[in-house]
Amino acid sequence: MSASRERILARLRASQPAQPLPTPVLDAHYTPRARNEGVRERLARFRTGIESFHAEVHVSSEAGWPALLGRLCADKGVGTLMYGADTPAGRQLDPSAFAATVLRPWAGAVEDLKADLFHRVDAGFTQTLGAIAETGTLIVWPSEAEPRTLSLVPPIHFALLDARDIHPTFFDAMRAGNWASGLPTNALLISGPSKTADIQQTLAYGAHGPKELVVIVINAEGEVQ
Amino acid sequence: MSAPHATSAAASSSKRDARPIAFVSAQALRERMHDAVNDPHLRKSFRGAMDFLMAKRAAQFPDESELDSLRTLSEGIRQYSLSRLPDLLEQLEAKLTRNGVQVHWAADADEANAIMLGIARRHAAKTIVKGKSMVSEEIEFNHAMHDAGIDALESDMGEYIVQLAGEKPSHIIMPAIHKTKEQIATLFAEKVPGVSYTDNVDTLIQIGRQVLREKFEQADIGLSGVNFAVAETGTLCLVENEGNGRMCTTVPRVHMAITGIEKVVEKLEHVAPLYSILTRSATGQAISTYFNLISGPRKPGEKDGPEEVHLILLDNGRSQAYADEQLRKTLQCIRCGACMNHCPVYTRIGGLAYGTTYPGPIGKIISPHLMGLEQTHLLPTVSTLCGACGEVCPVKIPIPELLVRLRGEAQSKPHDNPVMVGQGAGYSALASFVWRTWARIYARPGNYRMFSWLASRFRALTPSRQSGWTAARTPLTPAPRRLRDMVRDRQ
Repeated sequence: MSASRERILARLRASQPAQPLPTPVLDAHYTPRARNEGVRERLARFRTGIESFHAEVHVSSEAGWPALLGRLCADKGVGTLMYGADTPAGRQLDPSAFAATVLRPWAGAVEDLKADLFHRVDAGFTQTLGAIAETGTLIVWPSEAEPRTLSLVPPIHFALLDARDIHPTFFDAMRAGNWASGLPTNALLISGPSKTADIQQTLAYGAHGPKELVVIVINAEGEVQ
Repeated sequence: MSAPHATSAAASSSKRDARPIAFVSAQALRERMHDAVNDPHLRKSFRGAMDFLMAKRAAQFPDESELDSLRTLSEGIRQYSLSRLPDLLEQLEAKLTRNGVQVHWAADADEANAIMLGIARRHAAKTIVKGKSMVSEEIEFNHAMHDAGIDALESDMGEYIVQLAGEKPSHIIMPAIHKTKEQIATLFAEKVPGVSYTDNVDTLIQIGRQVLREKFEQADIGLSGVNFAVAETGTLCLVENEGNGRMCTTVPRVHMAITGIEKVVEKLEHVAPLYSILTRSATGQAISTYFNLISGPRKPGEKDGPEEVHLILLDNGRSQAYADEQLRKTLQCIRCGACMNHCPVYTRIGGLAYGTTYPGPIGKIISPHLMGLEQTHLLPTVSTLCGACGEVCPVKIPIPELLVRLRGEAQSKPHDNPVMVGQGAGYSALASFVWRTWARIYARPGNYRMFSWLASRFRALTPSRQSGWTAARTPLTPAPRRLRDMVRDRQ
C-alpha cells in the first residue's frame, strides 16, 4: 500500500458526493431501438458492415467449410496456415482439403515459435464466439487452444462464424453471454483487417495486424436445429 | 520549461526540437499562435482535416434522437462513475489484483516514471514498444526512459512519424495530422535506413509496418494507455485500428498500462455506449478495427500473452479537478477529440501552438489542473466561447462554462484557500481596476449618463492606440451624439 495510494484515495473521498448519482439505465436507450429481426437479416447487416471495413465474407455450410477454406488458401497463395488443433473447428480440418497449403497446428509457447509466427506463417485460422450485426464486428475470445496472436500476427486471418451467434449490438452480446460474470484474459472485437489513416487521412489497410480478414459463415439458413 | 525559440516548431517542421513542450510562457504562446496563423500550409492541413473529420462524425449520427439519447446516457455513466470514483478505484484494484495484474498508484509524473523505470530495470529491458497513450505523453515517459538509457519506441503510425521527426502529437487521435505525405516521405527517406523517397501512402505504411514488426518481435516490454477500466471485472479496454495496441499488449513478456484515475467505470456493459459514441465522435467510424479487453496476464496453460501486466493509476492534478463539483465535469472526458475537430481556434492554430500535451478545448480545461494555473493562466482565454465544443461533446462537458470559470480562477485576486494551484496567476491590478470602474459606470444609471456625456464631448481625446484592441482593429471612438440624445430629439 503506497503512500500515494492513500493520499489519492483520501483526497477523492474528501470531496466525493455523499450520495452517488443514480445508476445509469442502459435498457432505456437500447430497448426502444431493438429490432425484430431473424438470422438472415442480422447476417445481412453484419455482412454490409464488415465488408465496408474491407473484410471478405463467404457463406458455406457446416460440412463444406473446410473445403472452402482449403480453396481460399490456395487462391491466396497461403503456404502455411496455423490453427488451433484442439477445438471443434480445428478437428474438422483435414490436410487432404489443403493441396497447396501446409496445415500447421499451434504447438508450444509463443516464445518457441515467435520467429515462425512473424516470418513464416502466412495465415491464421480461428473460431469466433459470435458477431455484432450493428457494426459488422467479430467477437473473438482467444484461449489455450487458440492463442491471442493467431488472429494478430499472420498477414491473413481466417475466421469461422456461426450465423446463429450474431447479436444485434455489442450491448446485446455482453448481456446474452453474461460477459460480466467472467471474461477470458483477453477478449476481442474485430471489425476488418488492421488499418490506419494517419498519413493525410488516407486510409491504408495492413497497418500492424492482418492485411486481410476473411470470414466464413456457416448456418446462414436460419434458425434450424 | 520550453525552449526559447520553440515557437517555430508549431509553424514549420524544419525545427526539430524534441525537448518537452509541456509548458510555454504567455509571450511564447502568443508568438506560437501568431506564427501558426501565418503558416498557410499548416492552415490548409488543419482546415482540410477538420472539415473531413466533422463531416465523418456528422454522417455517423443521422438520427438526432439516437444521438441525444446516447449522449445523455454517456454523460450519465461518466457522472455516475465519478460520483463513486474512490470506491470504483478500490474495486478495480481488488479485481485486477485477483486477476493477476499488479496495480500501482502515482501522484505525479515523476512517480509514474519511477514506477515504470523500476519495472523496466527489474527486467533489464532495453526496448519498450509503445501503443498510443496520451498519458505517457503527459508524463514525458519517452524522455524519462531515454535519460535512463532505455529506448521507448512509438508504434502507432502517427506517433511513430512524429517521434521520427522529433516532434509532438498535434492531435490526440491523429498525432501527425499537421504533416503532409510529402513531408513524411522526406522524413522516411532521411531517417529510415534503406528507404528512398516515395509519397505513396500505402508504401509508406508498409515501410512503417516492416520497421515496427521487428520491434514488436524483439521488445522486452509493451506499454499502452487505457480507454476504459472496468471495476466489476478488472478489465482494461483499448480502442485502436492499427493492431499495434494488440501487439504491444500481447507479444512482449511484460505489459505496462498507464491511465488517469478518472477512466474507471463500474459495469462492463457501461463500456458499450461509451465505446460507440467514442469512435463515432472521434473519427466518424461506426466502430474501430479492434476493441481489446485485457483482464489479466497469461494464465497457466495459455500459450501467449504477457507474463506480467502492470497498471499505473495516475493522479497528476486530477484529484484537484475532482474536488470541485463544477470542475469535476472535466474528468468526464473520454478523449475523442471532437472538441478540437470543431474548434475554430484549434483549426486555425493547430495542436502544437498550445504547447500542452492536450491541445484544443479539452486541453484548455484539463491542463490547468495537470500543470497549475501559474503556467497555464492564458490558456482559457485562447477561445472565442463560440460553444461548438460543448455542443459536440459526447459526454456533455460544459466546456465554455468551464473556460469562463477557469478565467475567473486565473484572473481573480490571489486569496487563501484556492481550489486550484496557481489561482490568481493571471491577476493584474490594472485590469482589475479597469473592470471595477467599468462595472461602477455601467451598473449605475447616473454614472453611465455622466460618463457617456463626457465621452461624446471629449471624443477627440480618445487614444488612437488602445492596448490589445488596436493590434488588429480600428480604435474605439465614442459617437458624437449619444443614443439617448438622438432619441430625445425624435420625440
